[in-house]
Amino acid sequence: MRGGEALIKSLADQGVDVVFGYPGGVLLPLYDVIYDSDMKHILVRHEQCAAHAADGYARASGKVGVCIGTSGPGATNLVTGIATAYMDSSPIVAIAGQVATGLIGNDAFQEVDTIGMTMPITKHNFQPMTPQEIPGMIKSAFYIAGTGRPGPVVVDLPKDVQEQELDMEKEVRIDLPGYKPTRKGHPLQIKRAANLIANSKKPVILAGGGVILSGSSEELLKLSEIIDAPVVTSLLGKGSFPEDHPYSLGMLGMHGTKPSNFMVDECDCLIAVGCRFSDRTTGNVAEFAKNAKIIHIDIDPAEIGKNVDIDIPIVGDAKITLSNLIKALSQINIRGNTDEWMRYVQNCKRSSTPRTSFDDVPLKPQQVIKEIMQATDEETIVTTDVGLNQMWMAHYFKVRHPRTFLSSGGLGTMGFGFPAAMGAKVAKPESDVVAVCGDGGFLMVSQDLATIKEYDIPVVICILDNRYLGMVAQWQKLFYEKRLSHTHLGEVPDFVKLAEAFGVAAYRVEKPGEVRETLKNAINSGEPTLIDITIDPEEILPMVPPGCGLTEMVGEYKIELESADGVPYYREAEERAGE
Amino acid sequence: MENERTHIISALVLHKPGVLQRVAGLFTRRGFNIDSITVGTSEQEGIARMTIMAKGDQKVLEQITKQLNKIIDVIKVRDLEPEKTVKRELCLIKVHTPTEKVRSEVIQYANIFRGRIIDVSPETLTIEITGASDKIDALIDLVKTFGIKEIARTGPTAMSRGIRTI
Ligand SMILES: Cc1ncc(C[n+]2csc(CCOP(=O)(O)OP(=O)(O)O)c2C)c(N)n1
Repeated sequence: MRGGEALIKSLADQGVDVVFGYPGGVLLPLYDVIYDSDMKHILVRHEQCAAHAADGYARASGKVGVCIGTSGPGATNLVTGIATAYMDSSPIVAIAGQVATGLIGNDAFQEVDTIGMTMPITKHNFQPMTPQEIPGMIKSAFYIAGTGRPGPVVVDLPKDVQEQELDMEKEVRIDLPGYKPTRKGHPLQIKRAANLIANSKKPVILAGGGVILSGSSEELLKLSEIIDAPVVTSLLGKGSFPEDHPYSLGMLGMHGTKPSNFMVDECDCLIAVGCRFSDRTTGNVAEFAKNAKIIHIDIDPAEIGKNVDIDIPIVGDAKITLSNLIKALSQINIRGNTDEWMRYVQNCKRSSTPRTSFDDVPLKPQQVIKEIMQATDEETIVTTDVGLNQMWMAHYFKVRHPRTFLSSGGLGTMGFGFPAAMGAKVAKPESDVVAVCGDGGFLMVSQDLATIKEYDIPVVICILDNRYLGMVAQWQKLFYEKRLSHTHLGEVPDFVKLAEAFGVAAYRVEKPGEVRETLKNAINSGEPTLIDITIDPEEILPMVPPGCGLTEMVGEYKIELESADGVPYYREAEERAGE
Repeated sequence: MENERTHIISALVLHKPGVLQRVAGLFTRRGFNIDSITVGTSEQEGIARMTIMAKGDQKVLEQITKQLNKIIDVIKVRDLEPEKTVKRELCLIKVHTPTEKVRSEVIQYANIFRGRIIDVSPETLTIEITGASDKIDALIDLVKTFGIKEIARTGPTAMSRGIRTI
């Protein structure tokens, strides 16, 4: 067997049945193998999209996503997607072609130091110098990517190694003496945490992406219900807790909801699970949860105490640790301690439910998000791009299930939303997938309209079209005396015509109600569709300016008084909870 | 910073290409203050020992240790307690010695510091000295006046005293 075959066989052994890739000179031997294999290969139109698609695949399914790019420019194009996956702990394996071993170091044609380049943005990377190493490295790559705190792994594959012969042994051993993630939280620490919680009168739970990665949403829900504590999430934590639950306060942080930001400020005990206290989540750390003792559960010990001082650190898998914490709590009778707090929390939530109903033309983004919510169901996977579109979604769109809200958090990568949706749809063909993008971000990856057409990947792309690099323009308006330096996109292309040129169905909507109807029809059509939604460029999202405490929000926080049918929104939520 | 001091971190790492880059790169990327780093083989085949001298307070040290531990090729990391640690550095000093008088003075100094002359030329003497870094600093200070042509230092390498190992 040759190296290339061994690679494909090793991928298949890991359960991989689809890869997103783009060929090139040094990958000829590998692609020659793919030609005859059962491996489904999706030819993207830009390697960055291959990496984002693999990432979207991983986030939607919980499996490891795989992307392939050639040496040199192929590898550098993968880099943004790899870094995106790294920041958000998404398990992908990126396979990069490399020049032949004899040429490495000679500045050969299309040579780049992929190992050096990706070291700081991967969990680990490998470069087999002989074909014999391939099976072990692939197995290790998947093991590393998918276990502990997940993350991207790069395999840099020289051309001659793909061509040379090897004996593929049946048993492939993983030998990683330096890699032993701690899964079980320390019992003593768990006991201490339980006692702290039991004595707390104003607890808040902060759930991050780690809850989703470890599949511990059920445990999280149970914890919040037995201790009667509200739940706030980070951006990546959206979906870890049902956001229509009366205990949900929504997202925390710079673009978070008012109840989340205020309750974290006031709580006396913060139970943080699987989150890394990014500056976007905490605001000014000196002010963050300043009245609270903080418990931090995370599988990555390096996250504990990195940004915020922790009172009770617990290193462990969130699922195992939460269920042990629940067990420890069941031995202490705690119910009732938080009644007064919960009344206060509900009051705050009720009086600051953000307004989403508007009749205006051009459309208010809040109204658009509401209509997107009405046109989709709770199983729909939504992805966002980066910018205001993302924060509007994060703020107003209620997510109910893990792995149904995919967004580039840590790196904030424009151009993520659409290819991630493509990957998610490939992972979950039975789910509806909707990408919500800004006009700027979508243009960064619009060439992959060709891919969804070619492979008939029926995602629906909603462009919130404000003709601005909206979020940057917002900052210029708020913090740079409205000097809109290079954030007006001017004569942007006609997105409807652009999509049609690729053979993708497209519509433009401009009035209230149209988003809902058009999106419903698009989803039902089962075809890839683009919807260009003209929105009000003046609309600004309230935010916490950088460096400020979470309660120092600026911008008008519009409050919802009634839902469309005249029933106050909060009563609706309460009734549903009482069912 | 008040509680800032130099820490001696000992790490066992897989003896593979790129390991030093992984470790050193981590220090750059995380903004840690690295004074020196030495690597060499250890008592176990395939495993190298690194000694890293780094400045920082307790919080920085904790991050350094944790981040080092995250590197897949790093097997074990320990912050060595200064009092319970033996620490040595090797230094070669090439001194300008144009006259007999200078030459004999330099030899004297080298002897006092238990250094050895390992190379002689009509114009220079090269001293080899091993020891604590401040002892090496002191010798360098003394011979500086004669004119130093070249210095090569390894940076300290260290291990725990007594039976303790990492
Ligand atoms: C690749 C990349 N380049 C630049 C930025 C900086 N940036 C953040 S948001 C933003 C504006 C996004 O504009 P658009 O895509 O139109 O979305 P909107 O904010 O209007 O919803 C920019 C330029 C980024 N996050 N990613």
